[in-house]
Amino acid sequence: MLSRVANSIYWLNRYIERAENIARFSDVNFNMSLDMPMGMVQQWDPLIMTSGDRTLFFERYGKVTPENVIRFLTFDEAYPNSILSCLNSARENARSVREIISSEMWQQVNNFYHFVQDAAKSDKVPNWPSFFDRVKLESHLFVGITNVTMTHNEGWHFGQMGRFLERAEKTTRILDVKYFILLPSVQDIGSTLDELQWAALLRSTSAYEMYRKQDLQRINPTAVAKFLLLDPAFPRSIRFCIHRAERSLHHITGTPKGTWCNPVERNLGKLRSDLDYLMIDEVVGTGLHEFLDALQSRINNVDDCIFKMFFDLKPLDV
Amino acid sequence: MKFSNYDPGQFYDELFESQGIPRADAQTLIDRIESLTMPELQRRQRAAQSALFKMGVTFNVYSDDQGTEKIFPFDIVPRIVSASEWKTLDKGLKQRIEALNQFLADIYGDQKIVKDGIIPAELIESASGFHKVCMGLKPPKGIWCHITGSDLVRDRDGNWLVLEDNLRCPSGVSYVLENRRVMKSTFPQVFETVPIRPVEEYPCRLLDTLTNLVPDHITDPTVALLSPGICNSAYFEHSFLAQQMGVELVEGRDLVVVDDFLQMRTTKGLRRVDVLYRRIDDDFIDPTVFRSDSLLGIPGLMDVYRKGRLGLANALGTGVADDKVIYAYVPEMIRYYLNEEPLLSNVPTYLCWDPKQQDHVLQNLDKLVVKAANESGGYGMLIGPHSTPEEQEDFALKIKANPRNYIAQPTLDLSRVPTLIEDEFQGCHVDLRPYVLYGKDIFVNPGGLTRVALKKGSLVVNSSQGGGSKDTWVICE
Repeated sequence: MLSRVANSIYWLNRYIERAENIARFSDVNFNMSLDMPMGMVQQWDPLIMTSGDRTLFFERYGKVTPENVIRFLTFDEAYPNSILSCLNSARENARSVREIISSEMWQQVNNFYHFVQDAAKSDKVPNWPSFFDRVKLESHLFVGITNVTMTHNEGWHFGQMGRFLERAEKTTRILDVKYFILLPSVQDIGSTLDELQWAALLRSTSAYEMYRKQDLQRINPTAVAKFLLLDPAFPRSIRFCIHRAERSLHHITGTPKGTWCNPVERNLGKLRSDLDYLMIDEVVGTGLHEFLDALQSRINNVDDCIFKMFFDLKPLDV
Repeated sequence: MKFSNYDPGQFYDELFESQGIPRADAQTLIDRIESLTMPELQRRQRAAQSALFKMGVTFNVYSDDQGTEKIFPFDIVPRIVSASEWKTLDKGLKQRIEALNQFLADIYGDQKIVKDGIIPAELIESASGFHKVCMGLKPPKGIWCHITGSDLVRDRDGNWLVLEDNLRCPSGVSYVLENRRVMKSTFPQVFETVPIRPVEEYPCRLLDTLTNLVPDHITDPTVALLSPGICNSAYFEHSFLAQQMGVELVEGRDLVVVDDFLQMRTTKGLRRVDVLYRRIDDDFIDPTVFRSDSLLGIPGLMDVYRKGRLGLANALGTGVADDKVIYAYVPEMIRYYLNEEPLLSNVPTYLCWDPKQQDHVLQNLDKLVVKAANESGGYGMLIGPHSTPEEQEDFALKIKANPRNYIAQPTLDLSRVPTLIEDEFQGCHVDLRPYVLYGKDIFVNPGGLTRVALKKGSLVVNSSQGGGSKDTWVICE
């Protein structure tokens, strides 16, 4: 498969997944703010903190207001990770590999793009919760269409790898939103309010019901973190995502599982095995936020290795 | 009655013999249209447009910076070509392509046609598409112009004329295929009763044409379509054709010449490419031989080609025959190489490099269409009857400064087809671009792109100049 093509499929999937996750973590903030006691200021700072693009936000808007934050994350074309920009990039990538992906996939990317584009152009402010729901739905449609209309060949595996790495990375950020959300006072840790916020976070990752099924206790932070980080079977948990990414990687290279012969396989395999044998107490011990930070840079490092290994088109010495 | 007021005017109308009297092959279609209400027709027109939009059948306009993609406007009233007319076109085009192919082989070989005094040497050498570096090339199987899209028009009396040949990288065939798909859902009943020849065979035929160029000893060939990339106006088509044929779509940056073979960069290392359907002009394809500032091309490609290690469609150098001055000699070529009379005529053409003809052109600028010999796409032309005296003056200066680069043709009253504009049918001028493949034999796809000038009275049908398209129905014998 052409390197350029593999790169485009990888990014097509990453951008779609990214758009979905931006909708998710905007949604979680929305829900948490609504649960805030009367009189408390809505908190939108955390969203900007977790986006990782704080500097750009302040350059462009100066001030944190709900409107500014939402506009920045959804329709700001100058922000490369806004939902609209993600769809733009996803579509451009899809356009350059139209002959590789199925027509149905292309049509779905195109429809998705036009839906966001129309919402962005409209004079009316969208109903945000239903807008975010629709974004999630369109993304799920894309994933479903991809899985049932595209041969599960090398290209498909590049797409899988992109999607799962992106999802793992974004799940760390969604977990991080809660870290930055301030409670009225220290005593509120473990209170009903705290519990409500953790529940909102679970809902925003579509994890609430699945979490409930495996743990009948009251919602507590450690158990939620454990579920989203280490659950082996929940499809948005980081461990699950890393497993899937690794599986696709080995499909592409043909290297037997459990062995490695290049930096991607080594780094991703190491990350996977760390998560396999990790206990949540160790995470809590070092601090969840610090742990998530480190995880993000390890995932980014894997992405760098993938680029160098498969996509880099540096001129050959002839 | 939607057509009772439709006036074919003083033009040749493709669907009507005269006011109220449809041509025999159009009767069923016209009846069907009459049976539908105007709102229903408009709904179908919109449905067709939106189907094309959803499929992403779009093109890019270079001068337009508001979003690069446009949908090529589509009209639901098809143009119909009768079986007997098509027979003439089919034969005429095959004859023409055969002669042009022999011309290309000759002009980059012994140049007999020059030596025998049919075409002056200086005209060949000054043609912008003529490349000295192609002298002595021997393309596989002696085929130069594998894919051609000749532009045909009909005059007031219904005579078919060839306007240009397009031997470089003619585009538009994807619209032929997609328009047909859309039309089948627009008028399904008509397709059941009228014997319309299918056009869907094209991608398979194209693939055959390309694999025909693979050297015999290679059993697992790689065929690729070379596109300038996503910003090119015809990118949709490149991607569509690659998909339909199941071949790789590559860009210049995917390719590299290593060990005297053309290779592409894959996730598993380099892989040899045997045949390239290139949709990049000669000028850009190899910066070491042609334009050195080209970023689209592949350094060293020409060498590989010369060594016979790569099939290229079309061959390099075919652009010489697209020069509008050389075009004027095609009827002579047919007589010279085939010893036959041309079955399809050229549009009468005045060559400004000849002083006598130039005089005539300069005195009749208000009546003629003047074209730059090396331009296409409707750029760089003067339409006399629609021009101002200043524009004519401007062209007169251009002609005198560079007579070799200009030709003139009479303004043709192009034939018309009823076209749904808002809530009525208006006669709009059309041309026809059939696609011709030269593989083991010559194949003319039964149909073609009918381009229609949507601006009232306009004669310019190019997509870049506000034209639209129609489906083309060729009736079975």
